Amino acid sequence: MDSGVTAMETILVLLHTESDGALARSALETLGLARTLGMPFSVGLAGADVKAAADSIAACGATRFLGVAGVEFAQSRYGTDAAAAEALARAADATVILGPATSRWNRVMPGVAHRLGGRADTHATGVGLAEGKLRVTRWYYRQRMEAVIERTHRPWAILVEGGCGEALTGAAGTASVDMIAVDAHSRTEVEGLQSPKTGQQTIRPDADLLFVTGAGWSKNQADGKPRVEEAEKLILGFLDATQASLGSSKSLVDLSGEGQAVLGFLTHLNQIGQTGATPRHRKGLATCCHGEEPHVVGWRFVTERRAVNLDANCGWARGKADVVYVADAFEVMAQVNALLP
Amino acid sequence: MNSGYQIVVCASIVPDPLQTLEPVAGPQGPALKNEMMLPAVLDPWAAHALFEAAHLARNTPGSKVYLVSLAPKAKLQQVMMTVAQKAPFELIALDGPSGGFTEAADVASALAAAIQAIPDLDRSRLLLFGGWESASRGAGATMQIVGELLGIREQFQGVDELTVGADGSLRILERVEGGKHQVSLCSAAPALLGWATGNLPEPRNNPQVGMLNMRAMMLALQKAKPAHAAAAGVTFAGVAVPKQQRETRLVRDMPAADIAREIVEWIRG
Ligand SMILES: Cc1cc2nc3c(=O)[nH]c(=O)nc-3n(C[C@H](O)[C@H](O)[C@H](O)COP(=O)(O)OP(=O)(O)OC[C@H]3O[C@@H](n4cnc5c(N)ncnc54)[C@H](O)[C@@H]3O)c2cc1C
Repeated sequence: MDSGVTAMETILVLLHTESDGALARSALETLGLARTLGMPFSVGLAGADVKAAADSIAACGATRFLGVAGVEFAQSRYGTDAAAAEALARAADATVILGPATSRWNRVMPGVAHRLGGRADTHATGVGLAEGKLRVTRWYYRQRMEAVIERTHRPWAILVEGGCGEALTGAAGTASVDMIAVDAHSRTEVEGLQSPKTGQQTIRPDADLLFVTGAGWSKNQADGKPRVEEAEKLILGFLDATQASLGSSKSLVDLSGEGQAVLGFLTHLNQIGQTGATPRHRKGLATCCHGEEPHVVGWRFVTERRAVNLDANCGWARGKADVVYVADAFEVMAQVNALLP
Repeated sequence: MNSGYQIVVCASIVPDPLQTLEPVAGPQGPALKNEMMLPAVLDPWAAHALFEAAHLARNTPGSKVYLVSLAPKAKLQQVMMTVAQKAPFELIALDGPSGGFTEAADVASALAAAIQAIPDLDRSRLLLFGGWESASRGAGATMQIVGELLGIREQFQGVDELTVGADGSLRILERVEGGKHQVSLCSAAPALLGWATGNLPEPRNNPQVGMLNMRAMMLALQKAKPAHAAAAGVTFAGVAVPKQQRETRLVRDMPAADIAREIVEWIRG
């Protein structure tokens, strides 16, 4: 089909189960978003077993539930996931496929859209209708430019970022799922998940607060020496007390990667910015970090921002943070920790 | 028998991240103001893919690295002056737009055609590398389509580590939710890896490697075929730089204890 002008689309909400058979919050948010479009939609589910997931959203308003299940679909991997997604999209005859932008769907949906003769847009932050046409909002140049687009290509696969829709709640019941048999092969075996070898998991995507460390923590301080051990204690103490998620500037994680005696618990996974993550948190506190553009683009979805920096002319002070405390982060964070339980 | 890998790295160029970007309406849709004047760099995540490829090739005798790049030829040449000093590779250049507002599908089909045209390409030794996302389109879509076009369905994205086993198996760490890695074992090449940061620091410039690369590179640039990349079927209803200016409250000369109290109140609020 080649005309995106008709208001009526055949929408498939494409979801995968988690290892426990349930749906993640991002899946429920995508469903919530699909309902706001005011068009009928079906739901496609892939996983080891999809019955429990279908039941958990039985009353979501879907016209139909489709499923692909089996042990091979328990694993998050290209060969099997792409086959499942392709089969579900074909069975639903979908013109629009809405899914959460999980690592699992991000890996396969551009390839699946290609197989279906359509296109995929990833990292969507908004999906809506304007004059009867579907419109997607997404960022270009890594969070530096926002665009609203329409497409004539169908099917159109749209992967929606977390936090962009109201999660569906209270829709449990009994769903009847049309199961589709899919023959899928892969030369890949998933062995499991692994946390970075730093001894502790400091990344907490669901935390209210993002705490960001910069290279200043490892630099010579007023007494002419670095105070790395003290920095480690202050940072870990703060994370412990607040359960904040830890982010970092590139400079500091690069130093850690080069084996210098700096904060041993940091890896590239903590990096925020142009070549790092763009996490979503309600609040962000930056310490000893300058606030340069390639770093700050990663803060796009952090709503309230504060920074502690010795330099009143740092990047944060130029309209990038709500509050900048011109102060020594070592002193401030020691006092902050003393106030926390 | 041939041994080693044929590692094909797909990498384009992007504006230097320190530059200010401003969208303008061009004849073919949105573009960047002064796009051709902006200093460019090798797309960062794809650059990591190149460094990882060079490292793997060095440790696997008989291997060869190709860099396939679709970009405006003159700009690509500038960027190659430094990239050529980082690692030995053969450049395959395609002359076309490298901006973010072109379709991943267009770029992918040009890249796939260029890869298919590599003489003596041995699929059983092929590792297709790229960045998991560009710093321009930022879609994370191009590599998957190239893989589909080449029939490679062992695909990995957000890769931070690849270890080759004695039996030729590939152990791969991919970034997944919650700051974790998924560990997968793929039986053998061919495979596609979209790299995140990886584990290697940026190699230092080595002028000798640069000299070795440069002659063939100039030839490749001269031979660069024009490639089509546009955005047919896409309508941009709006492109804007978000209003980022905040009213920053600058707090000076406040005792650390008071700052701490304010921060704790804010965290709890
Ligand atoms: C291709 C490319 C991609 C990039 N991608 C990223 C990215 O993804 N993420 C990223 O972060 N950067 C990125 N950068 C790098 C970016 O341009 C900056 O170099 C980097 O963010 C600076 O890190 P920083 O602020 O920690 O360090 P610095 O610039 O060294 O700043 C340290 C700060 O600490 C402050 N300080 C020192 N001691 C104290 C103290 N006791 N108390 C309070 N403050 C103190 C100093 O005043 C200073 O402002 C990228 C660059 C390039 C070229």
